[in-house]
Amino acid sequence: MAIAAPLLLGGCNFYPSYGASRGATTQGQDTFKLYSGMMTTGIIIGGFVGILILFTIIRYRRRSESMPKQFHESIPIEILYTGIPVLVVAFLFLFTVLTENNVDATVPVNATVTATGNPVEHVTVTAFQWGWRFSYPEHNVSISGDVTNGPGGHGPQMVLPVGQTVQVTLVSNDVIHGFYVRDFNFSRYALPGVTNFFDLDILHTGTFNGQCTQICGLYHTEMLFSVKAVTPADFQTWLSGEVAAGHTLQRDLPTAANTPPPYTHVTPSNALAAPSSEKGSL
Amino acid sequence: MTTTIESPELIEPEEPGGPDAHGPGGHGPDDHAHEHEHHGPKGILNWLTSTDHKMIGKSYMITALVTFFISGAMALVIRGQLANPTSSLVNFQTYNELFTMHGSLMLYLFAGPFAFGGLANYIVPLQVGAPDMAFPRLNALSYWLYLGGTSVMTLSFVVAGGAASFGWVAYAPLSNSINSPGAGTDMWLMSLGLTGFSAIFTGVNLVATIFYLRAPGMTMFRVPIFSWNMLVTGILILIAFPVLFGAVVMLFCDRHFGTHIYSVQGGGVPVLWQHLFWFFGHPEVYILALPYFGIVTDIIPVFSRKPLFGYRGMVFATLSIAALSTGVWAHHMFTTGVVLLPFFSLLSYLIAVPTGIKFFNWIGTMWGGQISFQTPMLFSMGFLFAFLMGGVTGVLLASPPVDFMTHDTYFVVAHFHQVLIGTTVLAGFAGFYFWYPKMFGRMLDERLGKLHFWFLFIGFWVTFVPQYVLGLKGMPRRIADYLPTNGWTGLNEMSTVGAMIIGFSFLFFFANLIKSWRRPVPAGDNPWDGGALEWFTSSPPPHHNFTHLPPIRSERPVWDYNHPEHLKDEGHGDKRHREHDEQQESVGASA
Repeated sequence: MAIAAPLLLGGCNFYPSYGASRGATTQGQDTFKLYSGMMTTGIIIGGFVGILILFTIIRYRRRSESMPKQFHESIPIEILYTGIPVLVVAFLFLFTVLTENNVDATVPVNATVTATGNPVEHVTVTAFQWGWRFSYPEHNVSISGDVTNGPGGHGPQMVLPVGQTVQVTLVSNDVIHGFYVRDFNFSRYALPGVTNFFDLDILHTGTFNGQCTQICGLYHTEMLFSVKAVTPADFQTWLSGEVAAGHTLQRDLPTAANTPPPYTHVTPSNALAAPSSEKGSL
Repeated sequence: MTTTIESPELIEPEEPGGPDAHGPGGHGPDDHAHEHEHHGPKGILNWLTSTDHKMIGKSYMITALVTFFISGAMALVIRGQLANPTSSLVNFQTYNELFTMHGSLMLYLFAGPFAFGGLANYIVPLQVGAPDMAFPRLNALSYWLYLGGTSVMTLSFVVAGGAASFGWVAYAPLSNSINSPGAGTDMWLMSLGLTGFSAIFTGVNLVATIFYLRAPGMTMFRVPIFSWNMLVTGILILIAFPVLFGAVVMLFCDRHFGTHIYSVQGGGVPVLWQHLFWFFGHPEVYILALPYFGIVTDIIPVFSRKPLFGYRGMVFATLSIAALSTGVWAHHMFTTGVVLLPFFSLLSYLIAVPTGIKFFNWIGTMWGGQISFQTPMLFSMGFLFAFLMGGVTGVLLASPPVDFMTHDTYFVVAHFHQVLIGTTVLAGFAGFYFWYPKMFGRMLDERLGKLHFWFLFIGFWVTFVPQYVLGLKGMPRRIADYLPTNGWTGLNEMSTVGAMIIGFSFLFFFANLIKSWRRPVPAGDNPWDGGALEWFTSSPPPHHNFTHLPPIRSERPVWDYNHPEHLKDEGHGDKRHREHDEQQESVGASA
């Protein structure tokens, strides 16, 4: 159908991509499959209805001044087109719940290994106006910065190992932010007063762009970050390098002692570089 | 009620006929009506003091359309800013104010008031055969509150610190006094308070009018669907707007009186704002949509020359949409991590069922008909396609995992613009072109109307289909800028071109209005061969609307009256009604 054609950008295997990422995490892949299946269902049903409308308005366009038969209803047909959508919805809801249970499943908060013995990495992500802090409490490493930091000025970079389960603890001390990585097919609010958890099982190495998606004030546009997925060995090397460079928790981790009072604009004064006072270099 | 209509009587049968059978004055205002009109003041004083639902309805519509064009101009600036990366048409602060005001003006001050303050105010009393709304003075108060609210919102641009800049949803704690200190935010809240009460009063008026002022013979199942939908909209307003008002008052207290309802450090809960806001906000979506469904449901039978297919199914579908809409608010909050996902997902999915029923009823109405494509019908067809795609993508968003991947991206922006432009603009202008002859007694030009439609419709797809793809490519909403390396440039350019085409299409609309005022073509009472009661009276209707009414034996009494030869071959549904009436009449006679 014509209106769906621009969305048919992806490949042609069992799960057409329809413009979306196929997912760089296990969770993202599950979400992608659900999305793709729902898109296919939507295109079939939407296409059917659209073609039915087109057919009707072409077939029954006015060709004479005669008065058509004045019928009001047909109870069997009305029951049919109430019943079938109920079944379609039930079917979609079933697949939604199955996927949702996978995507939302998390390992216990203090677990060091998953049920299958896979090591668990814990990262605390703190969103603030207008930047990110990535803390690795088990390794005494903390990275933070706003748009003026990081490679290419594109915000701080969170380095994560592939093949391990990463549990992210997401918090905010000022306003609501949205943690979103397109290739993970996932977003979650950093909500003041709420600690959110989610797991990421990254499947392959690479650099993935992330960005704040929830309007959070003046520089919302520039609240960028990136995720670099590396092998576990490279991850360990990177960690030691950061400790050596002095990017440690003692400096950056928000503890009871150094957590800024709520609703103070958190300027990353102890970040890697001074924040810009003007509009960034986007 | 200060006035009563004359008891209905079967007026002398005339030659039944099709469109234009009754020229101007056919059922024009008689001396009695003129008497009424001569009592009131003239000119601007008449406008200021009028409690006539037709005058108030027109005032509402004009104010709402002015708001629409102001807000539409903001959208063009927004699209201009996004047309290319590293654009500096406006700075970040101005950009944030622009998208906040664009959304606020469109949703609070155009879409709703245009439908339930404008069209419904004008049409509902006519459709149910009433002389006015149930509470005319309350109706006038509604309009003046609305005008006040609109002025306060629009003028917030000129205060120090600028207009509100936190998006139309004003999430706490971004909207508190530390993060949004300016007077613009307080004006935004004040505007919501004023227009909120305006909406509540109109809701009371609609419900009371439809329940208590129906003409004799008009049972609930003979009320035209537009008025049915306005009844349900009125009920939803009474459910939703008081909650918004409460939320707004609490935010105001947080900002000025030191309460901590939405702030963490005082033991408050920021996410409470989202719950309250969306408990208003999702019924609000249907407060905005149901009136426009009603417009289309009234237009399609007229231009198909058939009665509505599945009238009662339509009523039950509307009622179930309204009922479900009060239980789906947290589907806007799936990514907060603090709501019960399956419950809100399931209820959201279920809304697809009554919405689907509406689609099939619209198709069933056209099936076997003689469809002509005058401007109102053309706009209604545009609505069907726009709302179809907006609806299908809405079903996707009811799934929490799919919402995780698309939340706050342009996918959602494209989805709700397709739904809202499909309803409020395509269906809204369908209603405008449909009822303009009734309101002003003159026709609009068909050729200009069709040009308006085609440019608007094509611009609409060019603007919003790329935005779906942009969302899937990771572009978040409410950002003022992006990087050349993001790969979003081409699609944004396309979207901006589409927006310019939409803007251009309204030149045909203005030309049409000018033409109809400079070279009026008289409309007559019933230019489209409409079936509801508004087409029985003159165009424009006299003060207090009717001097007499036809017998009301179905949801389209005027059609029955003009086409008596078809009374026999109508469906069994109507026959049941008639038999019931005959029984009642004989009971009355024997008594």
